Amino acid sequence: MEGIRTGRRGAAQRTRIGADVGGTFTDVVVVTADGALHSTKVLTTYDAPERGILAGIEKLGRDTGLDLGEVDQVVHGTTLATNALIERRGAKTALVTTAGFRDVIETGTESRFEQYDLNIVLPEPLIERKDRYVVTERLNARGEVLVDFDDAGARSLVERLGEQGYESVAVGFLHSYRNGVHEQRFRSLLKETLSDVSVSISSEVSPQMREYERFNTVCANAYVQPLMASYLLRLRDQLGAVGVGCPLYLIHSGGGLMSVESAAEFPVRLIESGPAGGAIFAADLAARYGRDRVLSYDMGGTTAKISLIEDFAPRTAKVFEVDRRSRFKKGSGMPISIPVIEMIEIGAGGGSIARVDSLGQIRVGPHSSGSDPGPAAYDRGGTDATVTDANLALGRLHPDTFGAADIDLRPDLADEALASGVGEPLGLDADTAAVGISEVVDENMTNAARVHAVEGGRDLAGFTMIAFGGAAPLHASRLIDKLGLDELIVPDGAGVGSAIGFLRAPFAYEAIRSFYTTTDEFDYVGANRVLAELTSEAESFVRSGTATDSSGEPETIIERQASMRYAGQGWEIPVRLEDGDFDEFAAETLAAEFTEAYLEFFGRAIDDLTIEAVSWAVRVSSRQEPPPLVEAVAPTSTAESTLSREMYDPALDERVAAGVFERSQLTPGDLVEGPALIVESQTTTVLGSHHRCVVQPDDSLRISRAEGTP
Amino acid sequence: MSTADSTSAARTAGRTAEVRNQVMWNRLISVVEEQALTLVRTAFSTSVREAGDLSAGVFDTEGRMIAQAVTGTPGHVNTMAAALGHFINDIGPERIFEGDVYITNDPWKGTGHLHDITVATPVFYNRAHVGFFASTAHVVDIGGRGYGPEAREVYEEGIRIPILKWVERGRLNRDLVTVVAQNVRESDQVVGDVFGLVACNESGRRRLCAMFDEFGLSDLDDLAEFVFDRTRNATLAALKSVPEGVYTNEMTVDGYDHTLTLRVSVTVTGDGMHADFTGTSPLSKFGVNVPLTYAQAYFTYGMLVALAPELPNNFASLEPFTVSAPPGVILNAQHPDPVAVRHVIGHFVTDLCLGAVASALPERIPAEGSGALWNFQASARAADAADPRPPVELLMFNSGGSGARPGLDGLTATAFPSGVRTMSVEATEQVGPIIFWRKEIRNDSGGAGRQRGGLGQIIEVGPTDGYLFEFSAMFDRVANPARGRQGGSDGAAGAVYLDDGSPFPTKGKETVPADRRLILELPGGGGFGDPAERDPAAVANDQLQEYVTA
Repeated sequence: MEGIRTGRRGAAQRTRIGADVGGTFTDVVVVTADGALHSTKVLTTYDAPERGILAGIEKLGRDTGLDLGEVDQVVHGTTLATNALIERRGAKTALVTTAGFRDVIETGTESRFEQYDLNIVLPEPLIERKDRYVVTERLNARGEVLVDFDDAGARSLVERLGEQGYESVAVGFLHSYRNGVHEQRFRSLLKETLSDVSVSISSEVSPQMREYERFNTVCANAYVQPLMASYLLRLRDQLGAVGVGCPLYLIHSGGGLMSVESAAEFPVRLIESGPAGGAIFAADLAARYGRDRVLSYDMGGTTAKISLIEDFAPRTAKVFEVDRRSRFKKGSGMPISIPVIEMIEIGAGGGSIARVDSLGQIRVGPHSSGSDPGPAAYDRGGTDATVTDANLALGRLHPDTFGAADIDLRPDLADEALASGVGEPLGLDADTAAVGISEVVDENMTNAARVHAVEGGRDLAGFTMIAFGGAAPLHASRLIDKLGLDELIVPDGAGVGSAIGFLRAPFAYEAIRSFYTTTDEFDYVGANRVLAELTSEAESFVRSGTATDSSGEPETIIERQASMRYAGQGWEIPVRLEDGDFDEFAAETLAAEFTEAYLEFFGRAIDDLTIEAVSWAVRVSSRQEPPPLVEAVAPTSTAESTLSREMYDPALDERVAAGVFERSQLTPGDLVEGPALIVESQTTTVLGSHHRCVVQPDDSLRISRAEGTP
Repeated sequence: MSTADSTSAARTAGRTAEVRNQVMWNRLISVVEEQALTLVRTAFSTSVREAGDLSAGVFDTEGRMIAQAVTGTPGHVNTMAAALGHFINDIGPERIFEGDVYITNDPWKGTGHLHDITVATPVFYNRAHVGFFASTAHVVDIGGRGYGPEAREVYEEGIRIPILKWVERGRLNRDLVTVVAQNVRESDQVVGDVFGLVACNESGRRRLCAMFDEFGLSDLDDLAEFVFDRTRNATLAALKSVPEGVYTNEMTVDGYDHTLTLRVSVTVTGDGMHADFTGTSPLSKFGVNVPLTYAQAYFTYGMLVALAPELPNNFASLEPFTVSAPPGVILNAQHPDPVAVRHVIGHFVTDLCLGAVASALPERIPAEGSGALWNFQASARAADAADPRPPVELLMFNSGGSGARPGLDGLTATAFPSGVRTMSVEATEQVGPIIFWRKEIRNDSGGAGRQRGGLGQIIEVGPTDGYLFEFSAMFDRVANPARGRQGGSDGAAGAVYLDDGSPFPTKGKETVPADRRLILELPGGGGFGDPAERDPAAVANDQLQEYVTA
C-alpha cells in the first residue's frame, strides 16, 4: 500500500473508494474524510472479479484502520464487459430484426479494413447467422409504419426462441431510433411467455441512425447483460457482507457515474470505463491548474492512449470500436454507438516488441510481451527486444528500482535481445538498436497524437501534456520536444490514475437520438420535443444515481448539442446549442452556430448550402464543486542529487550524466535541472539536458523546456 | 553496455544516422496521412468519403514520390506518382515559384477521369525549392452530361482543366476559379473541394518545414535516396518469388455495349514486371474506356498485394511495374475517348493480372471475384410530370463476393480490389425517396471449393412517395461469372429483374416505375480447390448458417 499526499485539500470530505478492475491488476483507492488518499494494487481475479476488489478494500481497511462502515460511496469501473465481448464469453443470444435485414451485422461496411492483405479476416459478427431471426414489419425514415407488425409471426418466433433456449435477446428494427413501437411490441410479447429471458431493444440502448452500428450495439448489450447483471448484484451483496453498505456506482464510457440498476440494464455503457477514468483524472488536474488545452497521455505495458481535454472536459464521441483484431486498425473491430470519451489507442507500451521488417525499418508494437513472459530483461523467458529493454539499455531505468517490487531487471538479457532482435539485422550494436526503438516508439506516439488532433480539427500548439501510467513519464519529455509543447505535468499517483479519476467523476448521463431535419425546413417543434425527451431521460438517470446518495438532490448542468453537416456530407460535427426552446426563427441561429463550429474545425465554410441536423444529444451532470486550484510555484531551491547515472539524451544524441532523485524526497518548490531521473516505485520521470522541473504544491512535477530549445 | 567515455558524440551520430533516417521516413508517412485525413473530413463527394477516392503524397524536386497515404482506392496508386512529372513538365521548372499552387483534372495526366482533381504545391525552404505535396479528390460534379457512361467523347464529360496555376506566388488566379465555377453544377462544393486540396497540401508543407527545422535539414535528397534504396531492394527481393518468364491470362466479362475479352501477358525479369494488354477487346463507344495509367494502377496494386504487401507506395516500389497496350484497346483509351466511369472495366484488371501469375504462386492467388462494384445509381423523379418536386440523386455502393483464397473462404459482400464501403440503408432512406425492402446475403452464391467463394447479396429496392427511378445500370458478371481456381466452382452469376419477374437491362438508362421494385442479385466469388476436399466442419457450418441450402 502507498500513502499519497494529496496536497492542501479542502476541509470536510466524505470517505470514498474507487476500484478499477484492469486486465492484470485491480487498483483500489480510498479517499478518507481528511482528504488523504491511499491506494493498493492486487491481482485481478478473472473468474470472480469481486474477490479482487474485496481483497483490495479489506487490505486498505487493515492498513489504514479505516472502518468500512464509514465508507460513503464506492465507484467502480471494470473491463469485464469488454473482456466478455472480446473473449466471446457472453450469453446465448439471439438477434431479432426486420425481415430482409438478417445480415446487417455480418456484411457491415462491405469493405476491407486493410487494403494490402489478400488474407484478411474480417471481424466475426457477435451473433451468428443461425441465431438471427426476422419479423415482418417496417417503418420508414420518418418513423411511420410502412408494413404492420406481424403479431402472429412474432408469437411463433417467440415460441421458437423459447425452444432454442436463448438466455438473452437483442431486438433491432430499421428506423426504430425514430419510433420504438415495434421493438417494444416484440419485447412485451417475449416477456409474456419468456419472462426470465433478458431483452435489449435498440431504440433504448442506442437510438442512433445507422443500422450496422445500432444493431451491433444492441447485440453487445444483450450479449453481456446476464453476466454483468449477476456480477454487479454479487458485488453489491458482498460489499454489504463486509460492512460496506453504502451505494455502489459504476463509471461509464462517457466519463460519468451511473447507478448499479442502470448499469445492469445497459451494461454496454460500461465498455471503456477504465480509460475513461484516466481521462477524468487528467481533466481534473487540468482544472486544478487552470489549463484549458491539455493532451492527456497514458502509457502502460501494452498500449498508449491519447486524448484531448479542452475547457477541463474530455472530448466525447458517439461511436467507437471495441475489439480491434488487427493492430488497432480502424474497421477491424465492432462499432458500438454510445457516448464515449474520445481517445486514440495505439500498440505502444513498455512491453511492446520491436522487430525489423523487410524494408530494414524498425517497427515497435503492436505485439506486446505483456507481463508474461514480459520484456527480455524480466528474465522470465522473454527473448524479444521491447521498449522496456531499450529504456534499460539507455540508462533510463535502473535494474533494481523498476516498478514492480519483485522484478529486478537484467541489463545483460536486455542487451542480448536488443542486439539479436534489432541490432544484427541492421548492423547496429545493442545501444544504437535501443536508440532506434526508443525513437521509433516516441515517433509513433507523436504521430498518433498529431493525427488525433487533426481528426478533431485541432493544432496542438499551446497544449499542456499531462502524463500518467507506468511508462508515460519515461517518454513524456521527449514527446513534448517532438510535439513542440512547452509544458508537461506528471501528477502524483500517476500509477493508479484511472481509479483516482473515478472518484472525481460527476453523476452524468448523455442521451442521444437521431432526428433528421434541415435548416431549410426546420422542424422546430420536433426538435424541441426530442430535446425535451432526451433531457428528461438523462435527468432520470442522474437522479436515479444521486437519489440514493446521502448528499441529496444535486444541482445539475444541462448541455445540449446537435450533430450537423452540410447536405451531402457524411461527417457530422457537434454544435453546442444555446439554452431555451427553438422557435420558428431558430433555423437562422442554428445555421450560424453550425457555420461557426465548421469554421473552427475546418477553417472554411460554404455559403448557401442546406445544413442538416442528424442527431441530438443532451448531457445532464451533477454540478461538482470545482477542484481546489493549484497555484503553479516558481522554484525556491535547487534540489541536489548525490547519485548520477549515464543516460542517453536523444536531443544531444549522446550519453550524459543524469542526476538521480527520489521523488518522495522532493518537496514543493524544489527545482530539478535536467538531465535527471526522478525515481518512484512505479515509474521514472526522465528529464533531458534541456528540461527543468519544478515540484508543485500538489507534488506534481511541472516540466518545461529551457528557452530556445527546439 | 557502453559508457559515455567510450562513446564519442561523433561516433554516435554516425551510427544513429540510420535511426534518424528511419524516424524521418516515418514522419513523412505520418505527414501524408494527416494530409489525406484532412481531405476525407472536408470533402463533399460521397466517393471520397465512402470509397476513399482520394490520394495524398510528398515528392522530391524531380517529382519522384517519396511517400503516399494509404487510402481506399488502388486507382491512385501509380496515377498520383506519375502526375507530378506532368506538372513539372507543363509548368516548366523555371516557372516554379514559392507560393504557387497547380491544378489539373486531365484524365491522361492525372487519375483517368475528369472527376478527379489533382492539386500540387511546391515546397520552398529558406528560398530553395525542396519538393512538392500533391493531393487528389473525386469531386461531386465536373459539368458535361453528369457522371455516367453516356458521353461519346471526353468533351461531353465535363470541363477539362489543363495543368495551370491556381495560385501564383500567393495570388489566387481568380479567372481560373470563375471558369471552373461556371462550368460545374454544385460549384460551391466543387470549388470548396479544390480549396480543401490546397489547404491539405499547405498543412503538409508546414509540417515538412517544421521537420526541416527539427532535424536540421536543408533538402530532401539524402532522405529520398535512403527511402528509394531501401524500397527498391525490398521490392526486387519480393519479385524473386515469381520465376522469370512470361505469364498470360484471359478473362471474359460482360462489358458495357459488347462482351469483352481482357488479355494480359506479364513478363517477369530480374528488375521488374511488365504487363502487356495486347489482345484485349477494342474500345467501347461509351465512357467505360480505361486510360492506360489507370490500368497500370490496378495491375501494380494486384502485384504488390500478392508479392509485397508490407511495402509502402513510392517511386521505387512502383518503378518496376510497367505496362503497355496497343492503341484502340479498351485498356488504352486515348484523348478524346470517353472515360468517365473507367472503374467499371478497370477494376477487373487486378483479377486478370493475379490470374496470370497464379501458376507461379499457387498458394497465394485467390479465385476470381465479383470484381466490379454494383453501384446503385439513380435519379429519383416525381412520377407525375406536373409534380414540381425536384429530382433527387441517389448513389449507393454495393459489393458482391470476393474469390476464395488458397487458405481461406472468399469475403462475403465485400469489395475487391476497390476499397469502397457501403452506406447505411437508414441514412440513404433519410435523404431520398427510396425504400430498401431487402439487403441480405445471397444464399448459395459462393463458388464451391475446398475454400468457398464469398457470397453475393440480394438487394430489393423501390421508389416511394410518388417518385420513379431513372436508373443507370452498369452491372457486370451477369453473363460471365467469376471463375473458380484449382478445381473450385464458379461463383453464381448476377441477375437483375423487377419484382413482377420482368427482366431489367443490366446496362444503360432504364426506368423503375413508381409501383415496382428492382431486384439485384449480386454475383458471388469463385471457389478454390476441389469441393470434395472441403473440411467437413466447414461444410456443416455452411448448412447450419444457411450459406449453402442445397
